[in-house]
Amino acid sequence: MMLAGWGRYPHAECRVVAPRSREELLAAIGNEPSLIARGNGRAYGDAALNADATLDLRHRDRFVGFDDATGVLEAEAGTLLADMLDALVPRGWFPAVTPGTKFVTLGGMLAADVHGKNHHKAGAIGDHVESLRLAVADGSVRRCARDENPALFAATLGGMGLTGVILSARVKLRPIETAYIRQETLRARDLDEIMALFEASRDWTYTVAWIDCLARGRDLGRALLYRGEHARREELPDDRRAEPLRVPPRRPHRVPIDFPALTLNRWSVTAFNRLYYGRARPGAAIVDYDRFFYPLDAILDWNRLYGRSGFVQYQCVLPKSASRAGLAALLERVAAAGAGSFLSVLKLLGPGRGMLSFPMEGYTLALDFPADPANLVLMTELDAIVAAHGGRIYLAKDARVAAADFRRGYDDLAAFGAVRAAVDPGGKFASLQSRRLGL
Amino acid sequence: MSAVLILGATSDIARAIARAYAKAGRDVILAARHHDRVAPDVTDLELRYGITARAVEFDVLDTAGHARFFDALGMLPDTVISVVGFMGDQATSERDPQAADLVMRSNYVGPAAVLAEAANRMAARGAGVVIGISSVAGERGRAKNYVYGSAKAGFTAYLSGLRNRLAGTGVRVITVLPGYVKTRISEGLATPRLLTAKPTEVADAVLAAETGGRDVLYVRPIWRLVMAVIRSIPERIFKKMRI
Repeated sequence: MMLAGWGRYPHAECRVVAPRSREELLAAIGNEPSLIARGNGRAYGDAALNADATLDLRHRDRFVGFDDATGVLEAEAGTLLADMLDALVPRGWFPAVTPGTKFVTLGGMLAADVHGKNHHKAGAIGDHVESLRLAVADGSVRRCARDENPALFAATLGGMGLTGVILSARVKLRPIETAYIRQETLRARDLDEIMALFEASRDWTYTVAWIDCLARGRDLGRALLYRGEHARREELPDDRRAEPLRVPPRRPHRVPIDFPALTLNRWSVTAFNRLYYGRARPGAAIVDYDRFFYPLDAILDWNRLYGRSGFVQYQCVLPKSASRAGLAALLERVAAAGAGSFLSVLKLLGPGRGMLSFPMEGYTLALDFPADPANLVLMTELDAIVAAHGGRIYLAKDARVAAADFRRGYDDLAAFGAVRAAVDPGGKFASLQSRRLGL
Repeated sequence: MSAVLILGATSDIARAIARAYAKAGRDVILAARHHDRVAPDVTDLELRYGITARAVEFDVLDTAGHARFFDALGMLPDTVISVVGFMGDQATSERDPQAADLVMRSNYVGPAAVLAEAANRMAARGAGVVIGISSVAGERGRAKNYVYGSAKAGFTAYLSGLRNRLAGTGVRVITVLPGYVKTRISEGLATPRLLTAKPTEVADAVLAAETGGRDVLYVRPIWRLVMAVIRSIPERIFKKMRI
């Protein structure tokens, strides 16, 4: 069937295999000469597409064990983060790391080694995985942990499914007193101010900024910083203290149709951004975790806003020392092209973990572009800027980077290649992305 | 906590129903021919929803054993749902009477017998709900799936009669007609989006039918219209349509 990632670019006709039982799953891995695992399809580009066989793991979504004393959850790889939240937040546990959507699977989170708004404090999801079970090319299942198959463990976290198929994992959650976040919103007039705010907010658990990527000149880097802490019970309004772990359910909205691609243009986005920046109210608030972490999940199918031809999310990270210059160059180029998006996000990351894992210490910038020819050219120009500043591209978002530009950003590829050569010499696990990048 | 027994618990629809009921706080008994295959689901349901779940061995074709099956449960559940079904292969069923027999027994004889056993016991108690997952395929015989469809037609008629018989006894009988559902059976078939429900939709509809007091339920209301149209086509025209 026709498949795509969340950005709906590119599409590919893929044979989908959707195993229900463990036996079916292992048989598929054994029988298919070439395959890639796929979770809930939230990688934006072509990371979970393989025309020969794309393994739909969404039926493998059971909780296997949960320890109320330690907060360690063992679950099958297809388990949705949303389901973990539904089951475990009321019991006082929260994922140690969460990406910006809860509609991802556990396996997908591990394969992309996702980071969240607390990366500078908590690292990536891989830092909270106790162990995982990986089905490898020879048909065997290997338990991987820091003290068992450590190299395979490290390569699998962030390995984009190229070392094998993650069957299940044990992840550690963090205890929470309430389901709410104490949030502060601060305005930054330009790039220097927002970077200073990130530095000043280092002790906050969660920090993230929305950045107006169409602002130029004096306003270049104009942004809103959101920072948050898990709220303590006594910080909640009186009416919520009785049930601090309960969030009233929200009815999600759905984008019913593909918007015409014209809806998003320089003028509409500029107007939106101006409004958004101008109307934001600096100050403190108590918000539920859904609003703080997953604002876009309230609009189901929001990817349809970008029209039928889809969009690309461009996310890069720049080393900290080169971030000021690199961000300025990237934002200048984007603003000059007038090609910005509503959803431009800036965040200061902490140190990374190597191999194919994306994070490194420095600033990460994420921008959405409709997938049209002009923007595809623009993004190759951004690639050059990123490379010149020693940065790298996030594979979970990528749909189009050239192999050479990708390779310049990751200095640990030889180690990753060595692990893969040992565990999958025939190159059974492959995606459109891995082939494009020569991985 | 009041319990629900799900017969044929390994299917996608059954798994979704189990989760919907467990989420609503109901204890769940999963009955399947290979009950060890649903053991992971038992753990999953208990961990997610904090309810009590268990798995039991059950063979719908062993009609003589149904009474013993209920005796062995040690209790009579408040709700019994049959999700048992077997599509078979139409072409094979046309040629091979044994194959056709299996389809008919799996979709009609077995499910009707086990729900009758449950309903009779509930009638003696004076309360209970039995729910049969039938099919719109039973609404009119079609060249493409009439062996399966005829069995479902029998099951639908049986449920209708059972409901009629037990009205006023405190036992409710609910017929569910899912239409196309995105399951492993329909995988690879291009079914119209508007007419195709997700297993979770079926599950929510079943739970809503139980709480809302419905008798016959089309999971997607549009199917009521579609089937009304298909039923109304005169036979002399219908026979040439090959739909």
